[in-house]
Amino acid sequence: MNQVLIYGFGNPGRQDDGLGPEVVRRLESEHLPGVITDSNYQLNIEDAVAVAESDAVIFVDAALHVDEPFAFCRLTPASEITFTTHAMSPESVLALCEDIYGKIPPAYILAIKGYEWEMATPMTEQAKGNLEQAYSFIRELVLKQSLQAFDENAVPSGCLNATVQ
Amino acid sequence: MGRKITIEPVTRVEGHGKVTIQLDPQNNVTESRLHIVEFRGFERFVQGRPYWEAPVLVQRLCGICPVSHHLAAAKALDVIVGAGPEGLTPTGEKMRRLMHFGQMFQSHALHFFHLVSPDLLFGVDGDPAIRNVIGVALMHKELAVQGVMMRKFGQEIIRATAGKKIHGTGAIPGGINKHLTIEERDEFLKGADPLNIDKMIEWSQGALDFFKDYHAKNTEWIDGFATFPSSHMSLVRKDGALDLYHGVLRAVDNDGKKILNDVDYQDYLQYVGEEVKSWSYMKFPYLKSIGKKDGWYRVGPLARLNVCDFIPTPLAQKEFEIFKAYTKGKPNGMSMHMHWARLIELLHSAEEIKALLNDPDLLKGDLVAKGTKVKEGVGLIEAPRGTLFHHYRINDDDQIEMANLIVSTTHNNEPMNRAVNWVANNVISGQAEVTEGMMNQVEVAIRAYDPCLSCATHAIGKMPLHVQLVDGEGNVLDEQYK
Repeated sequence: MNQVLIYGFGNPGRQDDGLGPEVVRRLESEHLPGVITDSNYQLNIEDAVAVAESDAVIFVDAALHVDEPFAFCRLTPASEITFTTHAMSPESVLALCEDIYGKIPPAYILAIKGYEWEMATPMTEQAKGNLEQAYSFIRELVLKQSLQAFDENAVPSGCLNATVQ
Repeated sequence: MGRKITIEPVTRVEGHGKVTIQLDPQNNVTESRLHIVEFRGFERFVQGRPYWEAPVLVQRLCGICPVSHHLAAAKALDVIVGAGPEGLTPTGEKMRRLMHFGQMFQSHALHFFHLVSPDLLFGVDGDPAIRNVIGVALMHKELAVQGVMMRKFGQEIIRATAGKKIHGTGAIPGGINKHLTIEERDEFLKGADPLNIDKMIEWSQGALDFFKDYHAKNTEWIDGFATFPSSHMSLVRKDGALDLYHGVLRAVDNDGKKILNDVDYQDYLQYVGEEVKSWSYMKFPYLKSIGKKDGWYRVGPLARLNVCDFIPTPLAQKEFEIFKAYTKGKPNGMSMHMHWARLIELLHSAEEIKALLNDPDLLKGDLVAKGTKVKEGVGLIEAPRGTLFHHYRINDDDQIEMANLIVSTTHNNEPMNRAVNWVANNVISGQAEVTEGMMNQVEVAIRAYDPCLSCATHAIGKMPLHVQLVDGEGNVLDEQYK
């Protein structure tokens, strides 16, 4: 594996919604080998380009319905019906990538438990605690530069939906 | 037993929407309403904060159009620091315009390719499993690739001018904090296909041709769907040209008569009022000179082309002339023509980006203008969805003591309600069964206005839309999450 894309999304001005971008900010400061990063408020269609160009992708997001402190899951492509939302889910970015480029890299999501989403900073103390554990986990994992390690640590796809329901 | 159809999203933060359509026992519509829970907590949130923080703070409002809020706030603060609204350096104003046209370009491209083309390609009652951008990519790959790359190009313009994608810092009170580098300029001008401005212009024309061709084949539907008369309001340049960044405020009625005649938007409170209605959390703006009942108006691409006299870029001007000729020069009240207008603006934005990239002022020159500070300022910009007001007043300690924002979706509150009402009465009323396709047409009507209902907090588990069918006694007959 040459490079893994770590893509954090969320709004750092909305308390725990900033968990994803904060993981990316920390990774960027460490300049880890084989790691490229990106972040934005939300995922969108253009992110299919970066996903297609990577050997593996790990999305990082705040999550309402996961067990503390975080979950690490394998993702599979899935289309979605949208209303007027201008955002996409990680699964739908993968589906778009697959349709356009005919391929997708192994994809995962690091879903970190969050609690509060109001227009304020900083994030909650509980979320900070979860962030520390999640960051240690992902840092150690990406340093292994091994898809086998990713898969061994990931829960099969669908784990998040099962949690929500 | 009467029934009530509810379309309600679960998400919140900067706004969420709910549609309720009340049916009598014969399935005739007795009432239809669009409720949008507008987020106005920001105005309290910024009180007490140093004024210069506002252009960054406002990006917390919205993950969809943070650039519009960033620039509107900066424009208001230009006035406060004595540099605005027309005293910026050439570099300051042109860099901001480039940022704004980058935002406009990516937003309009996204809306058309992601949200509108599925309805056009597969039909409003098409299979919902493929009636989305994923389906477009599967069945019309070339269109999907264009949408992806146009959005990416616009995002890169924003990154180059605002500094970064999250909480950009480019616009500051009185100007901008960076030049464009020669490398950035050349990449946008001459980058490898398709990521260069000439390809973006070509694809913008292609999108327009696609829509016009569809219109020719589906004229009755495009012209008739959610059509109603209204007034229209937008910025125009002082000579009447379309100007999305700065100008004077103009409104026309349904006959094209000016009812707001190129006024200074610093005085907007003299002209625009906001009515509160008991059934909605979002206010209903109106022109004070006309009154609450009839003073509502539309904003956004359709309104802008109805209000301006011409477009100051050649390719878009040609398309504007075709657009105006279709209604014999009169204001256009067809909601689905919003897409036509939006694509003309897409082309205009691409032309403006090219002109700006060739302007040497972007590469050198003073970044910030200074003047004598005052206590109050209004910033106005034409955001992708329509007119956006930011109004701030500061105290002696340079802290914000008052903020008032009127966003595009609020201006379009009454028009979107009219559009929903049209669908309720013309599509749903009297039908024995309410199908998914009928329900989608409610969304199609709202979607034409491109409201900002989406949410900056997209944490896993927060579904964007909840559809409920409820009978007259409040029993849930059917529901789905979308």
